[in-house]
Amino acid sequence: MFDALAEKLQETLSDVRGRGTLTEDDVNKAMREIRLALLEADVNFKVVKQFTQTVKERCLGAGVLGQLNPGQQVVKIVNEELTALMGGSSAGITFSPRPPTVVLMAGLQGSGKTTATAKLARHLKEAHGSSVAVAACDVYRPAAVEQLVKVGTQAGAAVYEQGTDKDPVDIARWALDRAKTEGKDVLIVDTSGRLHIDERLMQELKDIRKAVKPHAILLVVDAMTGQDAVNVSEQFAEAVDFDGVVMSKLDGDARGGAALSVKAVTGKPILFASVGEKLDQFEPFHPDRMAQRILGMGDVLSLIEKA
Amino acid sequence: SKTREALTSEIQATLFDTLDEETWERLEEALIMADVGARTTAGVVGQLEQEATSGQVEGGPALQERLIELLAGIAKTGTDTIDLRHEPTVIMAVGVNGTGKTTTIGKLAWHLQRELGKTVLLGAADTFRAAAVEQLTRWAERAGCDIVTGPEGSDPGAVAFDAVAQGRERGVDVVIIDTAGRLHNQEDLMNELAKVRRVIGKQMPDAPHETLLTIDSTTGQNGVRQAKLFSEAVPVDGIVLTKLDGTAKGGIALAIAGELQIPVKLIGIGETLEDLRPFDADDFARALVAP
Ligand SMILES: Nc1nc2c(ncn2[C@@H]2O[C@H](COP(=O)(O)OP(=O)(O)OP(=O)(O)O)[C@@H](O)[C@H]2O)c(=O)[nH]1
Ligand SMILES: Nc1nc2c(ncn2[C@@H]2O[C@H](COP(=O)(O)OP(=O)(O)OP(=O)(O)O)[C@@H](O)[C@H]2O)c(=O)[nH]1
Ligand SMILES: [Mg+2]
Ligand SMILES: [Mg+2]
Repeated sequence: MFDALAEKLQETLSDVRGRGTLTEDDVNKAMREIRLALLEADVNFKVVKQFTQTVKERCLGAGVLGQLNPGQQVVKIVNEELTALMGGSSAGITFSPRPPTVVLMAGLQGSGKTTATAKLARHLKEAHGSSVAVAACDVYRPAAVEQLVKVGTQAGAAVYEQGTDKDPVDIARWALDRAKTEGKDVLIVDTSGRLHIDERLMQELKDIRKAVKPHAILLVVDAMTGQDAVNVSEQFAEAVDFDGVVMSKLDGDARGGAALSVKAVTGKPILFASVGEKLDQFEPFHPDRMAQRILGMGDVLSLIEKA
Repeated sequence: SKTREALTSEIQATLFDTLDEETWERLEEALIMADVGARTTAGVVGQLEQEATSGQVEGGPALQERLIELLAGIAKTGTDTIDLRHEPTVIMAVGVNGTGKTTTIGKLAWHLQRELGKTVLLGAADTFRAAAVEQLTRWAERAGCDIVTGPEGSDPGAVAFDAVAQGRERGVDVVIIDTAGRLHNQEDLMNELAKVRRVIGKQMPDAPHETLLTIDSTTGQNGVRQAKLFSEAVPVDGIVLTKLDGTAKGGIALAIAGELQIPVKLIGIGETLEDLRPFDADDFARALVAP
């Protein structure tokens, strides 16, 4: 079925039907609709600007595309560009040839790190038969350790914790030693939520990174995040150069434009989608589906094929 | 805060420094970047532009002040205070996962006890999330108040009922009920929330007296849907705009106030007991358009 943007574009460009090619004026009209749709989806303002510029150029350069009407033509270009920007298919976690493979989780408060830590542990256990340990390095948030003990155990991981009196960097180092001794395949380090502008905690994150030399650092980003996703991801990238993103709470109805913003400004791939509170609600991320979700187009391709 | 004020004086120098064609674009950009949303932004920019063109408002500083006035006007809606005259006053915190319900309750309990001399009892009706009860228990200890809990996985309505019953029995001034985070598009969970509310009402007829919805300041346009669907399930009396200590401006609260007439009552500005403040529409409006 036609969804919001596709329908609007058809409408906006309906009078062009039969003329075959798009004039600059048509394209500008279409870009206004696209811009609004992307902003409504929370794609960052600056990313939208750049994106519409690229799309505009392609639309103007595009010749008559066979039997597609102008609206469909633009939809197709937008979809292609957005999918390209979202990146290719997800690579997941690359295991280190010398176990344990260490994964460090980071992100803002409440974004879903602890849940994602347990989910990833379960995922690696199920998909690869790995033996996994998780380390409780959030000593600040009340009952964060208890939470990880519960969800980590549920996930079938060993939970390494030392309460809340030790320094998170020391706990991380201790956990790595223990994972080595116990011959674990994977160690996932949960950290406390922190603001990207909190210098002390960002330094702590750098120190944890130095202590455990993770093979992958994952930034957990809430799918409902608005324009600030750019600031957050830029500053986490600058501090610890994370490797990939987990988009959480994608079971909500947010369009999730933050995914595009993060990818566009940091170039880091989105690796996993967290889609619920239960531990099995975790899956590899599909960039093409995300592109369509952001645009609010259920099934663009079939729409175009129907043309 | 100090930085906010510093930023505000800066904006006066930037946004309306030179009035040209780009002025309105810059303003639009500032509001969109603050998560105010395209619709509300268009309304505000349109009105200001019209007032400027018709000569009603002239010059940079006047425009700046008028802008703040317009924004604050939208933000000010309904009653922005919490009525504590019921005996006990029952407050329920609701919201999407991880937005700050439990933390806000801890801060609020502390504030009520310490600043207002009220006795507070907490009800741990998030029986679902791992260690949610332990988390609230820790906050009760910090705030120095009692807490009513039930076993993990038990009926949240039963815990809420019990908390209100005990609150009445003990003659406390305020009972605050924590609930599990839930996404507004999950119907069964929203029905469960409505049920918790009804059960509270069975224990005390007009309770809960205040239902607070926590909205994370980093939330984008989905925040309006959150507020809409939560207020359909349980009448929402006010918003607590959390995590305003980050770089997000929380502009979605303006869209919520404008579109749904739900006022912001409190703001969260950190993770300690003292980090809860009453909402100030003028400060908020100024910060929204600060660079
Ligand atoms: N619906 C839904 N809820 C989620 C998802 N991921 C996490 N949550 C919930 O979001 C809330 C916060 O998740 P946590 O894993 O505690 O987040 P965190 O980043 O560890 O939080 P802090 O440690 O406090 O910074 C909890 O209620 C989780 O159950 C998801 O994909 N979908
Ligand atoms: N920086 C900052 N962090 C906050 C604020 N309010 C809450 N947090 C943090 O956000 C995270 C989530 O807070 P919670 O109180 O657990 O949120 P919740 O809504 O109860 O979460 P669930 O019960 O899992 O849905 C915790 O790490 C809190 O410390 C705030 O105003 N500023
Ligand atoms: Mg956590
Ligand atoms: Mg909670």
